[in-house]
Amino acid sequence: MGFELDKVNFIQIDVLKEVGNIGSGNAATALSKMINKRIDMGVPEVKVLEFKDVNEMLGSAETNVVGVMLSVFGDISGFIIFILEEVDAKRLLQILMGQIGEECDDFCEIQISALKELGNILTGSYLSALSTLTSLNIVASVPQIAIDMVGAIISVPAIELGKTGESVLYIETEFNDGEDKVTGDFLLIPDVDSYDILLRALGVLD
Amino acid sequence: MEHIIKVGMADLIAVRPPAVLTTLGLGSCVGIALFDSRTNIIGLAHAMLPDSKLIKNNANKAKFVDTSIVELITKMVELGANRASLTAKVAGGAQMFSFDQSSDLMRIGLRNAQAVREKLSELRIPIIAEDTGGSFGRTIELYSLTGELLIKTIGHGMKKI
Repeated sequence: MGFELDKVNFIQIDVLKEVGNIGSGNAATALSKMINKRIDMGVPEVKVLEFKDVNEMLGSAETNVVGVMLSVFGDISGFIIFILEEVDAKRLLQILMGQIGEECDDFCEIQISALKELGNILTGSYLSALSTLTSLNIVASVPQIAIDMVGAIISVPAIELGKTGESVLYIETEFNDGEDKVTGDFLLIPDVDSYDILLRALGVLD
Repeated sequence: MEHIIKVGMADLIAVRPPAVLTTLGLGSCVGIALFDSRTNIIGLAHAMLPDSKLIKNNANKAKFVDTSIVELITKMVELGANRASLTAKVAGGAQMFSFDQSSDLMRIGLRNAQAVREKLSELRIPIIAEDTGGSFGRTIELYSLTGELLIKTIGHGMKKI
């Protein structure tokens, strides 16, 4: 029996939540080391959404965010996205790099580059934990960054998944630095065939 | 009071005046706004992919540029719109990430906008204004009373077409 999105059961949801937990736990540890602060993580959420609701999956589709996206390939395929609201990205940059770039209107080149690398390291830790857990070969593309409306950013993976399915499954984990100054999200969006592979590797699908 | 109705991704809606239709955070998807100047009936589609014929699973008409336009016209005509007096405005089709320029996924915005032009020309519906391409998201609002399309962006201004 293959995995079907509209028939996803509680055990499978729980296992996918655990995937989010382990992946983002590893990423949060990496972030915590980088900024030398405690990072708290929320309980992951696993949701299945129809496309018409997808661009509002993180609240208003118009929220201005920094999104670092990587394509995931190897044994599974899909996307992983690290999302920070613009204000949070600025606070995080200040913690990481101190006070620079006052002269830039929005983000300076070097700050954009730093955010991209940060997204790369964090999503890399996420995927490497996932790979260890499942014994699957999971590789990511080079990171790409966009600073824009969250709905517009999400449209890119949604379109790709739209070629094969009618809905999107995603695993979302929120983190913050304990002082509630920096909040961000990890979104793992596997494609249709990959849930099957993930769940099989984790032993919850025969 | 204006009645604002949201059109989601892979969704389309046709309404009578004085409604306002909106779609939020349009990225590489494309927004197709149709207006009937005689009855002020409007329709808005938020299509994700250019061509239903290239995809096996194509039951959802609103997902594809070609089928969404046809479906939108049908719905507008059902409401009493005049097929011959329809005009179109198009927005969206951005390239949000720079990735590999040659990759299929990344050129999807351009291909979506191109598919709209082709389909509308085939159906002989004139495009009277267009704001497509670029690398930024757009929120659009279509006003039935005037036929105007308001385009809002982050950092790229706001305009009416």
